[in-house]
Amino acid sequence: MSIEIKSSSEPYDVIIVGSGAGGGMASKILSEAGLAVAVIEAGGDFDPAKDEDRTQLRYPWESPRRGNGTRIRPFGDFDAAIGGWDIEGEPYTRGKDTSFDWFRSRMVGGRTNHWGRISLRFGPNDFKRASIDGLGHDWPIGYDDLKPYYDKVDKLIGVFGSKEGIFNEPDGFFLPPPKPRLHELFMMKGAKKASIPVIPSRLSVLTKPINNDRGVCFFCRQCNRACQAYADFSSGTCLVHPAMKKGKVDLYTNSMVRKVTTDDSGKANGVSFISKMDMKEYKLKARVVVLGASACESARIMLNSKSKSHPDGIGNSSGMVGRYLHDSTGADRMGILPDLIDRERYNEDGVGGMHVYTPWWLDNKKLDFARGYHIEYWGGMGMPSYGVGFSMDTMRKFIKDEFGNPSPNGGYGEGLKKDIRRIQGSTLGMSGRGESIPMYSNYCEIDPNVVDKYGIPVLKFHYQWTDHEIKQAKHMHDTFEEILTNAGAVLMGEKPGPETKYGLATPGRIIHEVGTTRMGNNPATSVLNSNCQAHDCDNLFVVDAGPFVSQADKNPTWTILALSWRTSDFIVSELKKKNI
Amino acid sequence: MNRRENLKLLFTGTLASGFLLTNCAPEDKKLEYTPRIEGGTVGGRTEEEKLIDQKLLSETFLNEDERKKLDVLVDIIIPADADSPSATEVGVVDFIEFMMKDYPAYQTPMRGGLMWLDHHSEDNYGKVFMALSKSEKMEIIDQIAWPDKAKQDMEGGVKFFNMLRNLASTGYFTTEAGFKYLGYIGNTPNIWDGVPAEVMKKHGFELPEKYLDTYLKPEERGELAQWDEEANIIRSNS
Repeated sequence: MSIEIKSSSEPYDVIIVGSGAGGGMASKILSEAGLAVAVIEAGGDFDPAKDEDRTQLRYPWESPRRGNGTRIRPFGDFDAAIGGWDIEGEPYTRGKDTSFDWFRSRMVGGRTNHWGRISLRFGPNDFKRASIDGLGHDWPIGYDDLKPYYDKVDKLIGVFGSKEGIFNEPDGFFLPPPKPRLHELFMMKGAKKASIPVIPSRLSVLTKPINNDRGVCFFCRQCNRACQAYADFSSGTCLVHPAMKKGKVDLYTNSMVRKVTTDDSGKANGVSFISKMDMKEYKLKARVVVLGASACESARIMLNSKSKSHPDGIGNSSGMVGRYLHDSTGADRMGILPDLIDRERYNEDGVGGMHVYTPWWLDNKKLDFARGYHIEYWGGMGMPSYGVGFSMDTMRKFIKDEFGNPSPNGGYGEGLKKDIRRIQGSTLGMSGRGESIPMYSNYCEIDPNVVDKYGIPVLKFHYQWTDHEIKQAKHMHDTFEEILTNAGAVLMGEKPGPETKYGLATPGRIIHEVGTTRMGNNPATSVLNSNCQAHDCDNLFVVDAGPFVSQADKNPTWTILALSWRTSDFIVSELKKKNI
Repeated sequence: MNRRENLKLLFTGTLASGFLLTNCAPEDKKLEYTPRIEGGTVGGRTEEEKLIDQKLLSETFLNEDERKKLDVLVDIIIPADADSPSATEVGVVDFIEFMMKDYPAYQTPMRGGLMWLDHHSEDNYGKVFMALSKSEKMEIIDQIAWPDKAKQDMEGGVKFFNMLRNLASTGYFTTEAGFKYLGYIGNTPNIWDGVPAEVMKKHGFELPEKYLDTYLKPEERGELAQWDEEANIIRSNS
């Protein structure tokens, strides 16, 4: 049952704020334990199997902007995620000299509707980085604590991949991976010459069925549009909606949580939210409150939850809420492969992402920066959309006639038309996604001067990259050039230099922000204990990426899911023991 | 094959594998293949998005003279040939009209660029662009269509024509006729089983030996996944 508005006096066992990866997993595990659960979501309900919600298998001409991005869907008019970097009426601010961009999705399933389905486990080293390089802090838990949960997530949700036996890139219960595409074979060739490994990618896309509720991938390359067959993972289709079918789960949509409410003793006793439908405030009560609103949004709710017992915000007696905010690093490079001009046509859509990737392969002890990165590959013959045929003023020269003479840049007419056809599917590129150093000085806080349209004080971001990230980006570009050149590609664009931090993406842009409610054994330097339970409020938990002590060079979703499952098991056990 | 049957089959493993190897017959196609301009984007729209599209579609940016000029220009960029239509035949100017409003940064360069074309024509031929003969028009186009050869004082015109080339091309190749011309095959349920053998051979590739047994085999797509205790997936034919 989806509830728009309710003012309930009947308390729930658990209120979960947010329906993304963390909140979705908590809703499933807690409801399966028989608990009465409320899931509060700031956006609307969404089910890609309903034809009115479907953007999958649409053609560009079904959009007047031919699939181009909008403010609400910056990744394309048919992208499933509703929200973006700049949401009407929901501003955020930035400190001096800070650029930080905050991507939000206001809908059931949250940002799992958008992501690339790259599902990598953190490895043993990823939990103990401070012990290895002396920077940042170790997690209070290790790989062995999470391994059983990663295993369960693999089987519940499904991920394809290959067993490799790489120490810090742990294998899991994999479905068979798809064969590489043609441009990916060129990348493999280029990387091999440079002794850089390229292995089958690990994406949560079902190449075989894992249960009777979800279909299998039919290879349309559109996971970001959400799958009508539920063959990829999104929290709405795989966790929240199934939990609602089986258990006592009420979903409150279009409900913007303002604060966690507390009783006189300082224990959480519910939440207060604004309904977007009537702009009125409502309160719900519960024995346990679980925040899964995203690392920054959960921090915002905690900082805004001030009371006599929690004068600086609930869970914030350490002053650490919002601190150690960090995103993955990112840099990209592109080239054109003359061998692929005039290429044969066949259906090469494949799954909704790369079929191969490069896990981190070097030893940082021999490098001038501290942490690693993985490489994602892209290109080939995807479906043309807004942007097809662009840039012939600079790219046409790469096309040669039968005598080897290059076409002139620019132009018009039948010759141009033919060249646009000839160049289709010949560009390719790669993106590095790396680990940054968590810094106390990178943080979000409440901006006392600005509220959103619901009257809730907004976040202000402070963020600077350190030399480690900048040098890492430089290394990425050297690697990209080496692989592309070895693959036979002609490099496009200029290699970025120090004036642009070597093309290092603005913080927030990789959408892997973590660390704002980090876990630790010391209540003076961390927000949560090793069970993601607030040190100073024992019935408050966080299940998004806020608890991460450090973000590895892996995408965070698989770890959010494993950690949320582990936290949910702990909540069930503590409730049984009457400890909370 | 209607969508519901299609979906039903996608959800049920083994049946799906068989079905997906064949395509729907052309008469079963239900999609609208003409460019949709008037209705706004289809699928999963929020109320806010519907309002934005309706507002943009109700407004008019290009005046009649500008549209006439664009009709000429976009067909110079993308003319018809023996087996494909021209840009105007597939509604490229309607698309440009929409993009002017959806992405307002285009407006001044477009309006100003079209005006500049008249100024440049006046200065050189004593007539506005539309009053020029075909060969006079092409003389002007040739001054701005070739970025690497254009004179330095034509830089503004080159930039304008680059924008126009981008919009005309993308507007053309995102239509059904454009897809047909490009030869794009996809956006339909299918089973990926690697690059076709003849293409592999042409480029001198072989799949890495190491992964031959690991890759997905189409015939096992319908079988429920199961693993042994070492986390190896159990393959029916291994």
